[in-house]
Amino acid sequence: MNWSEFFHMGGYAFHVWTSWALSMLSLLVILIVAKRSNAKIKSELLRQYKREDRQAQQSSAVD
Amino acid sequence: MISGAYLGLFQAPADYQQGDSFRIIYVHVPAAWLSLMVYVIMAVAAAIGMIWRMKMAFVVAICSAPLGAVFTALALITGAIWGKPIWGTWWTWDARLTSELILFFLYFGVMATYHAFDDRKTAEKAMAMLCIVGVVIVPIIHYSVEWWSSLHQGATIFAEGGPRMPADMLTPLLLMIGGFMFFYGYALFITCQTMVLKNERKSRWVREVISRNHSR
Repeated sequence: MNWSEFFHMGGYAFHVWTSWALSMLSLLVILIVAKRSNAKIKSELLRQYKREDRQAQQSSAVD
Repeated sequence: MISGAYLGLFQAPADYQQGDSFRIIYVHVPAAWLSLMVYVIMAVAAAIGMIWRMKMAFVVAICSAPLGAVFTALALITGAIWGKPIWGTWWTWDARLTSELILFFLYFGVMATYHAFDDRKTAEKAMAMLCIVGVVIVPIIHYSVEWWSSLHQGATIFAEGGPRMPADMLTPLLLMIGGFMFFYGYALFITCQTMVLKNERKSRWVREVISRNHSR
């Protein structure tokens, strides 16, 4: 089997490749979204904790 | 781990002889299978959460819902694309297709229920109830091709007397299913971690873990 036959899929190229592309794309999108929101919450929490630490230090300095 | 699964995913299409519409099976069946498996996992997790009051179980259940919904959508869409050349129609109201569509709405129902309550404990309980009750759909979908006459073909892998498929077609299919399962596990791990960090942001251990990972 050569490449053009492979892409042709015995006349079902559109159906086969749309299905495959759609599936792989969805999985990729899930992965990107999951990773992004994971990184986001981590940096968000880090900022929050640093802010709280600073505030705690300032208030103890005032005391 | 993931790369191993993905090798299977991308190796799989290379090793067949006939290029035909049946190749859709390698995304359709894993998606459909996972759509059922994920719901069973959700129901089990919800039950564990209800019985043993385990917080993590609820997190697993709620984080599975969007993943399951995507698998269900993929199963429906790739099924439609497959149905067009083979059955001559994108969609018919037959038992298998309709029950799978109901499953799709169930996933959204679970997510909507969870987000409808402000109080997390109430939301978790309501969501868990729906998960447990909704699990009746899983056997209905699985046996729908036997109970009702259907356009959809019968079971291929769990057929009586063993799989109805030659080994060189079956192996990539099993690899694809394995790859999808790995993918689900990995995505679930990430989304659960995100949710736990969010839920427990006030606790000391989250604070320590976040600070420690940063300073490293």
